[in-house]
Amino acid sequence: MAERTITLEVFRYRPETEKEPVFQNYTIPFHDDWVVLDALNYLKDRVDGSISYRWSCRMGVCGSCGMMVNGTPKLTCAAFLKDYYPGPVRVEPLANFPVERDLIVNITDFAKKLKDVKPFLIRKEEKPVSEGEYLQSPAELANFKQYSMCINCLLCYAACPVYGLEPSFIGPAAIALAQRYNLDSRDQGQEARNDVIFRHEGIWECTFVGECSEVCPKDVDPAGAIQQAKVGGALDLVNSILSPRGAR
Amino acid sequence: MSELYRRPVANTWWLKNPNYRFFMYRELTAVFVLAFLLVFLWFLSSLARGPEAYNVFLQRLSSPWSFLFHTVALIAACFHSSTWFNLTPKAVVVRRGEEKLPDAFLIAPNYVGWLTISVIIFLIATWS
Repeated sequence: MAERTITLEVFRYRPETEKEPVFQNYTIPFHDDWVVLDALNYLKDRVDGSISYRWSCRMGVCGSCGMMVNGTPKLTCAAFLKDYYPGPVRVEPLANFPVERDLIVNITDFAKKLKDVKPFLIRKEEKPVSEGEYLQSPAELANFKQYSMCINCLLCYAACPVYGLEPSFIGPAAIALAQRYNLDSRDQGQEARNDVIFRHEGIWECTFVGECSEVCPKDVDPAGAIQQAKVGGALDLVNSILSPRGAR
Repeated sequence: MSELYRRPVANTWWLKNPNYRFFMYRELTAVFVLAFLLVFLWFLSSLARGPEAYNVFLQRLSSPWSFLFHTVALIAACFHSSTWFNLTPKAVVVRRGEEKLPDAFLIAPNYVGWLTISVIIFLIATWS
């Protein structure tokens, strides 16, 4: 059987030579088990070594190969070329982020937001190691496990029109991770996260388009996390009005 | 540090993807709900202003335009409500141990409540 070929339209941006990005077309042979990332690696090895992109694990764990494939945010290690045949396949850097070079985006903004939500266990008082670990039942684990599957691939930010239009929005993954720790029975840091989560740029900026959950490769459902945080925040507000001296 | 390239978001972003379009329809149908509520306020105010004003209101209400508006508003309101009913499981998670309560158990009560209230209103309205 003759080898099939497919055309890739690759977004190129080389700030030292061009002010505006251009698309460069490459037609390459491919195998049925090739993903878009394989095609990029083939291009870089055999055709054009100047293409820049991020990747690492090739198996949907590291979260670094996220790109727009035909306009949809995808992990390129999980986007099979045969599903796009006969093509062409347009490969662009993740939407809503500034482009550093070619397919590489600058994620400084997300890194700061992630830090702001304090994505780690916070204890009011750490118990000494001699008292052993903090135990957790399977039901308590089930409360947050889904949100802990996030690999920070940022497909959800690329899918979120709110983030595109209002870059101050904390965004899906950061809020899902805040929720991941807020729902953890071992954590006592909810109040420390509230400032970031409950301000306007936090959950209330979300208009619930829901596309973040559609594109998430790990079924984290950040849209669900944000809506649940809204319900929790609204209930807290009602509670604080009903009992001003509050039990909290 | 190289120069970053920022891609503008086009005003037509929501045409790109069926989920974005669905979101826009969901939000836009709320405009009809608002319009109906304004008509409802008009109804209340004409009722308060006495029989003459109320008769004028009833006359306006029986025009074909009004009939068309109410039909469209009803369809829009039904669509709008059902989209939110169907999203309930996103906002509310009920767990029994490790198991999540199936979505249908959270969605169905909305429809049952909607239907019940509608039937009650219908019975009151046709009571004579």
